[in-house]
Amino acid sequence: MAKLQGHAEALIRDIVKRYQDEPTPLMMILEAIQNEYGYIPLEVQELLSELLNIPVSEIYGVVTFYSFFSLTPKGKYVIGVCLGTACYVKGSQRVMDKFSELLNIKPGQTTKDGLFTLDALRCIGACGIAPAISINGKVYPKVEENKVASIIQEYRDLDARGE
Amino acid sequence: MADIIKNIEQLQEKIKNCTQCLNDKINGKDGKRHIVVCGGTGCLSSDSKEIVETLKRLIDEYRLNDQVTVNMVGCFGFCSQGPFVKIYPEDRLYHAVKVSDCEKIIKEDIIAGNCIEQLLYEDPTTKKKVEKQDDINFYKKQMRIALHGCSLINPEVLDEAIGYDAFKALIKVLSMDQQEVINEILASGLRGRGGGGFPTGRKWQFAYDQKSDEKYVICNGDEGDPGAFMDRSILEGNPVSVIEGMMIAGYAIGAKNGYFYVRAEYPIAVKRLQIAIDEMRACGLLGKNILGSGFDFDCHIRLGAGAFVCGEETALLNSIEGKRGMPRPRPPFPAVKGLWGKPSIINNVETLADVPYIIRVGAKEFAKIGTEKSKGTKVFALGGKVNNVGLVEVPMGTTLRELIFDIGGGIPNNKKFKAIQTGGPSGGCLTEKDLDVPIDYDSLIARGSMMGSGGAIVMDEDNCMVDVAKFYLEFICDESCGKCSPCRIGTKRMLEVLNKITKGKGSLQDLDDLYELATTTKNNSLCGLGQTAANPVFSTMSNFKEEYIEHVTDKVCRAHVCKAMTKFEIDKDKCKKCSLCARNCPVGAIFGEVGKVPYEINQDKCIKCGACMSSCRFNAIYKR
Repeated sequence: MAKLQGHAEALIRDIVKRYQDEPTPLMMILEAIQNEYGYIPLEVQELLSELLNIPVSEIYGVVTFYSFFSLTPKGKYVIGVCLGTACYVKGSQRVMDKFSELLNIKPGQTTKDGLFTLDALRCIGACGIAPAISINGKVYPKVEENKVASIIQEYRDLDARGE
Repeated sequence: MADIIKNIEQLQEKIKNCTQCLNDKINGKDGKRHIVVCGGTGCLSSDSKEIVETLKRLIDEYRLNDQVTVNMVGCFGFCSQGPFVKIYPEDRLYHAVKVSDCEKIIKEDIIAGNCIEQLLYEDPTTKKKVEKQDDINFYKKQMRIALHGCSLINPEVLDEAIGYDAFKALIKVLSMDQQEVINEILASGLRGRGGGGFPTGRKWQFAYDQKSDEKYVICNGDEGDPGAFMDRSILEGNPVSVIEGMMIAGYAIGAKNGYFYVRAEYPIAVKRLQIAIDEMRACGLLGKNILGSGFDFDCHIRLGAGAFVCGEETALLNSIEGKRGMPRPRPPFPAVKGLWGKPSIINNVETLADVPYIIRVGAKEFAKIGTEKSKGTKVFALGGKVNNVGLVEVPMGTTLRELIFDIGGGIPNNKKFKAIQTGGPSGGCLTEKDLDVPIDYDSLIARGSMMGSGGAIVMDEDNCMVDVAKFYLEFICDESCGKCSPCRIGTKRMLEVLNKITKGKGSLQDLDDLYELATTTKNNSLCGLGQTAANPVFSTMSNFKEEYIEHVTDKVCRAHVCKAMTKFEIDKDKCKKCSLCARNCPVGAIFGEVGKVPYEINQDKCIKCGACMSSCRFNAIYKR
């Protein structure tokens, strides 16, 4: 198991300390970590197990029970490509493949820089504007393969401007 | 730092001053005008925050600071017509206000003193403009007890709550003994507003009778039913009333600490609740020896993390204790062995919001409202195919007809009413024949539904009831915690059968199987979630048996919702041969010739996405 980096460990210790006077604070601690750290990987759960004296299996059980907690980090921009029937026949698989190729990740994965997550969506009810994708909830109509690069660039620029 | 309120006399003095202050504001005796803007979640998503900021900026620009104030208040309830802006002392209500209307409000109303007709609500039947909130039909049959103060006071300012009846009940309670308080709640006939309808006083009595060094009051704000948002609105609109209810409960059973369990998805409610708790702590209304009475009480907030089952009280306890939110077997009941093994009561937000009213006006007065076995009022979240979507508080015993047609304004687009689903995924649907039944806990259960938390979703002829059952089963299946097999497997298998039926692959045998699965799940599940998971199936099957049979024998969905059984067709006589549909079809299934040959749909290629129908400008495309 990979070791947590120093500053991450300090952050976790700090959060645990914040709730030290609360009875059974596990949920509060996990919520704070999810909010501030973005996800709750196994390394963090192991550290929590040590600090709180709770078996890591139990912590894992709690983390996977609640939909608010995530084991893997999501990117800053979550790209969902609709693979519903209407989009599929209009070539959304090709759009997906293009995103995959340019971002160098498979569907369900996140880029190493933490900027993009690529997800496959079931029908998003935008059949009339197929193929459709959604990025952080914003829907893009009629996305062709050749538009993919410029869409990615749009978000890289957005990120560069700090938005 | 606020001054500590040391005793009852000081609090009474404060109540007097704050009430005077609020009344002066409403009646205009302070010589100022006051603008309030709805700060409920619905209106906030339609820019009500920007409206407040713009109004404040304009007031600055026009140098009106000493003549006008702007405040954000809680939910007005009439969500489909928001955002609302109200002006005192005229008590004038503007609806559907946009940021661009702010300038007009300042110039024409605030400065020139004219009412802006265009922003007033128009009664859809009389076509007359309505200036005052109370004259709008939506509000006429309502009675605000749980929603007391919502949309009137600023929920982030303790003094406003104090000016609007807060702590009058607490003062009264501090001079009563514990059993007297419980007797009062018992006499009021108050029943749990979260779903079950268990008598609140009896719950308190059980917990009071337990001997223990520590007891807890828990407020269940894990409102998860799709379509219900009354608890959120109460916490957002008047959090102090719920805290006061919790304090009274704590006094009655002998608890020193209370926990609010609120969904993490309700950030505004959590924020306002925290502000109220902080303000109350700062002036000694929470903490040790409150008002010098010897009563110690403090409140804490715990957040949910996205698990519907945590609305079940024993699952909720597990969640606070840092465990998976899975229900515990009962007995022991929480009143005996609850949070951290100590006697605990778990009351819903709306229940606790009713408590201060009961103490203030007396159990007798409260018990005059409602039906024989269900006293008081109930807040409903009216939604779906109804004109006036929003939050409605009515006396128990109001009929569904009054709720849907008088308050709700009927069904949009002259469609025919089909059913109303009450009680969320645990409830059932009621139909035409039930419209004149007075609604209370028992009448709904007798008709195969339940009160639940108060979600009320109206459905019209365009809704397929098999599809509705499937929708709720999908939800329940996702949210089943997996602890007991009947619920975990039963909901999954029911969903599979419903999927099969809606895909046009069902048989009569499937209907029998579905019924049997539903019965097994109901009878054998551990907690309320599983025991009621089959209710949508039972009630749609008993009320709409013919629709199920059509689906499996004729492969027909009369509402044209189930895609596999729906065909899109083009009316040749209406078709203008414009080719728009063909150009919009994502799969090239429509053929014809511009200006010459009417268009037709190749049913083998059609994927039933409906893009053609929504693009046609001549209503030439229909579903069959």
